[in-house]
Formats: sequence, structure tokens, C-alpha cells
Amino acid sequence: MTALPAQWLERDRRKLRVEEAAIGDRIYEIITALCALVVPALVISIAIAIFAAAWPAFARLGLSIVASSSWDVGAGQFGAAPALFGTLISSAVALIIATPLAIGVAIFLSEFSPRWLRQPVGFLVDLLAAIPSVVYGLWGIFVLIPLLREHVMPFLRDTLHLGATPFFTGPAYGPSMLAAGVILAIMALPYISAVSREVLLAVPRSQREAALALGATRWEMIRDAVIPYARSGIIGGIMLGLGRALGETMAVTMVIGNRPEISASLFAPGYTMASLIANEFSEATNDLHLSALMAVGATLFVITLVVNAVARWLVWSVSRSRAK
Amino acid sequence: MRTIRSRHLVSGGMIGLTYVAAVLATLPLLLILWHLLQKGASSLSLAFFTHMPKPVGEPGGGMANAIVGTLVIIATASAIGLPIGIGAGLYLAEKRSTPLAYSVRFLSDVLNGLPSIVIGIFAWEFLVRPIGHFSALAGGVALGSMMIPLVTRTTEEMLHVVPTSLREAALALGYPRWRTSISVVLRTALAGIATGALVAVARIAGETAPLLFTAFGNQFWSTSLREPIAALPLQIFTYAISPYDEWHQLAWAGALVLIVIVLIISIAARFATRSRFGAPVD
Repeated sequence: MTALPAQWLERDRRKLRVEEAAIGDRIYEIITALCALVVPALVISIAIAIFAAAWPAFARLGLSIVASSSWDVGAGQFGAAPALFGTLISSAVALIIATPLAIGVAIFLSEFSPRWLRQPVGFLVDLLAAIPSVVYGLWGIFVLIPLLREHVMPFLRDTLHLGATPFFTGPAYGPSMLAAGVILAIMALPYISAVSREVLLAVPRSQREAALALGATRWEMIRDAVIPYARSGIIGGIMLGLGRALGETMAVTMVIGNRPEISASLFAPGYTMASLIANEFSEATNDLHLSALMAVGATLFVITLVVNAVARWLVWSVSRSRAK
Repeated sequence: MRTIRSRHLVSGGMIGLTYVAAVLATLPLLLILWHLLQKGASSLSLAFFTHMPKPVGEPGGGMANAIVGTLVIIATASAIGLPIGIGAGLYLAEKRSTPLAYSVRFLSDVLNGLPSIVIGIFAWEFLVRPIGHFSALAGGVALGSMMIPLVTRTTEEMLHVVPTSLREAALALGYPRWRTSISVVLRTALAGIATGALVAVARIAGETAPLLFTAFGNQFWSTSLREPIAALPLQIFTYAISPYDEWHQLAWAGALVLIVIVLIISIAARFATRSRFGAPVD
């Protein structure tokens, strides 16, 4: 520390301390503001990085990247439509399975659960979100896929005669859109149930009491008085789960079979945008191939951005009405 | 008009279904933990923690380099994510309604929802592509970027819990505002912030996708930030999709180690908050 200027020493100590404090406050404010600025800077840099890397492919190939379904590296054809299709279908399957379960658990925890069970069940469901996706993938390969192949797929196709529909036909190899959907359902479930539970708990008691007082059964109370009140928050939770499912990479890559074909049957292997990038990135041979993969990443970026923004807005609109 | 009796039957049935949903939703976690214990424990040995990976066919071999690599990456990510996240949280808690605060809150939610593979591409574009080779540092930056929004939001929430009277008392005693924020407000909320930090660490510890583009993995022993580095999740992935049985065994053992690390951190975080604030954070 350098010596203070002579005229400072003349001043009374009290004033000096006030000025020091003012300088300290200024420095503190600048540092925290800089930290806060890192967040927008990151989002902008991510957007720039991914679109800069994707630009050569978009410039050369245009929209055929998402519209064409022929992905042939050797021939310089990069149509990722099967991957886009796979991302949307696997996430849709995941939501179809996870949503009723997640809302069921949320209703159980917020309305019917015995007190002593509330904490442990909530904790176990939340813990699903803590399991690394590579562990889901490992479990998917060695436990879930054999289970689907030996029991679930034959049951759906033959015992339930769903093989007559185009969705459950073909041989049961194991790695498939269905396997990806089931794994994603397990992974999205904790996000949907956590948000749903929160918004259900935010529904005022008077809402429930009024319904019961009018003679509703406990289920009618939930259906007619509680769920409508929490609806947009629950939809927000589902969209958050969707955001997770769309961008999930490792677990899906390990169970979906990684075949870039569009098939109506859930038993057939498929591909997703994230697993396409993960699989081909390290073997990308030329600049156009790399750039095409980045263009797929940019598409994924935009889709998840929109889904998440809508989700946050829905959840926020419920919590804001709660604050009023 | 349906009778009261049938309405009560429906009600009971639906309530029963929520019980079924609760059982079905907790089942996967229990199954996964059970299979990890069953298949992973038998391959765990001291050698797993102290030995390097061996080529297929040679017995033994461990994941010493991957375990150390994961710790190096987590430490790098924390060194980036924690200070920035806590600083941003302090800003949000103190300047609640500036335009910057609103946009930071919204954008940190956006960042939190981005697929981790996209964050990996970002780190690759800025830290791998210009330099020409993969590095542990790039992996740390990618995972650190994922920590920032998590730490920011939990720090802000925890700082809101600190009573205003504490801050006013410190200011009345003549503390400058910055000292008040750091020595009184931040200190009071420290346990909660530590919990948020633990949750963030648990979340990134098992991340694999961003590391494919950044840390890349390494067959050999390396702790240098400038070199490619091995990581437990990457190693599990490589072994799991390989065709060899002994590698599958190692993958299960690695997954067991990873899940034990993550669960210990998650459970510690849960109890740390509960004892202090009565309710868990997330």
C-alpha cells in the first residue's frame, strides 16, 4: 500500500473512513455487477459460438439440413430430418409416459400422502434428477433393453395385439425409440413432479374447502377446484421436462440404436439430434461435416430455448398470481 | 345423475391411482440403485482406485486416472462457477429490480435449461478449436458455465432469507455497505449457499456430453489443465458401449463409484439445508 497523499492525513479520521467506505462500496458494486453480467455474456457467447460454427453449413446447404432425410457424409449430404424426428418422437413418448405419473405423484404428495411418507417419497423422486445420464444409459443398455426385448415388446405386439397398428410392429431388437422414450420418461419425471407439486401446494386452502363444502368428493375437489387453478404451472412443469428430454444426450445415445431412419414403429431404432452430434463429432472428417453437426446443434439450441422460455413464463405467471 | 356411491367409488379409485403413481415413480430409482450395487460391487477393489486402465484381455485394471481427472475437472469448474455465481447472486439480492437483475434472472433460467451438449460446443468453439487440442481447462469451463446459473439462483434465494434487521443493525453500527454484505449477510446465509454449491457440484459431477468436446478423455495419467484428461463419466460411457464383458463390469463399478459420490453430495446438501431453514431448497 502506498503512502496516502499529504493532504489526506490532514483530514479528520472520520471523513477518511467514510471515503474509504464509499470506495469500498463502489468496488464491491462493480465486482458483483460484473459477476451478474457474466450470465448474459455467457448466453450471448453460446449463441454466437454455435451459430458461427454452424454458418458454413447453413450457407452451403440451407434448410435442407433439417428438411432432407439423407445423411451421407461421403456424398456430402447432410439432412438431419431423421434426427429431428427422433428427438421430437422420443421426447413425446417420454412425456406421454412421464406426465400422468409425475402429476399422480405430485397430487399424492400434496393431497393424500400420510405425513411420514411425504418427505421420503418426495426425496426419492427428486433424487432421480441427481443420477448422471451416463448411469441411466448404462442401466438402459443392460437392464431396460433386455427387459423391453424379452417381455414388454412381445407383450405389446402380440398379447395386446398392438402389432396391428403401425406403431408397435417389426422385430424387437431392443435398442429403439421406445427404449429412448422410457429412459427419457424416467429422467423428465422429477422435473415435472417437482414443479407440479410446488404449484399444487400454492393453491389456496379456501379453494379446496369451498369445493368440499359444496359436496364434492375428494377427487372431484382435485379435478374441479385444484387442478384448474394450477393448470398453467403444471403445463410449465411439463414443458421444463420436455426441455430436458429434447437436449438429453448420453442416455439416449446409448439406447436408441443410432440409425438415421424415419420409422413409424417405436420398436425400430432411431436417432436424435443430440446423439448425432455426440456420435459423429470426434470422427468429423471435413469442415462441412463438422459445420453440419454444429447446424444440428444450433437447431437444438433454438428449439430448447423456445420451449424453456415458454415454460418459465407459464410457471412465472402462476407464481406471480400467487404473490398477489 | 350419478349416485353418491359411484362418485365416491370413482374418488377412491383415483386416489388409489395416485398411490400407484407414487410407487411407480420411486421404483426406477430403487431398481437402478439395486442393479448398481449388485453388478458394480463385485468388480470394486482397491485396484480399481489405484490402477490405470488396461487393454482388453488383461485382467485387473482400474480407473485411477479417470477418478483423479474427474476431481480435477470438478475443482476447475468450481473455481470458475462458485465465485461468479455467488457474486451474481449477491448482485441479484441487493439490486432486486434493476433491468439487469431481471434479465440476469431470466437468462440464468435460460442457461440452466440449455442442453449440456450445447454448452460443450460453446467451450469447444472458444477453447479447443483456436488452440488445436482438447484440454481439461475447456472441460472445467464448460462445467463451470453450467454451475453459474444454479449457484446464482440458490445464492439469491438464500440471501433473501436473511432478515433485513441484521443488515440494518450492521449499517447502524457504522459498517460500510460492502462489509455489511460480506461479513454479515453473506456469512449468515453461508450454510444455505454452501448447500446450493453442493447441489451444483452434484449436478455437474456426472456430466458427460460436454466433456466429449472438451476434456475428451485420456488413456494415460494426466493432471495438467492444458492436456486432454480422463473423466469417470467418459470412461463409463466408453466401457459401456464396448463389446467386452470385462469392460462392462468396470463400467458398472465406475457407475457405482460415481453414483456414491453424487448421492453423498446430494444427501449432505439436503440435510445441511433442512437443519438450518426447516425446508429443503430444491
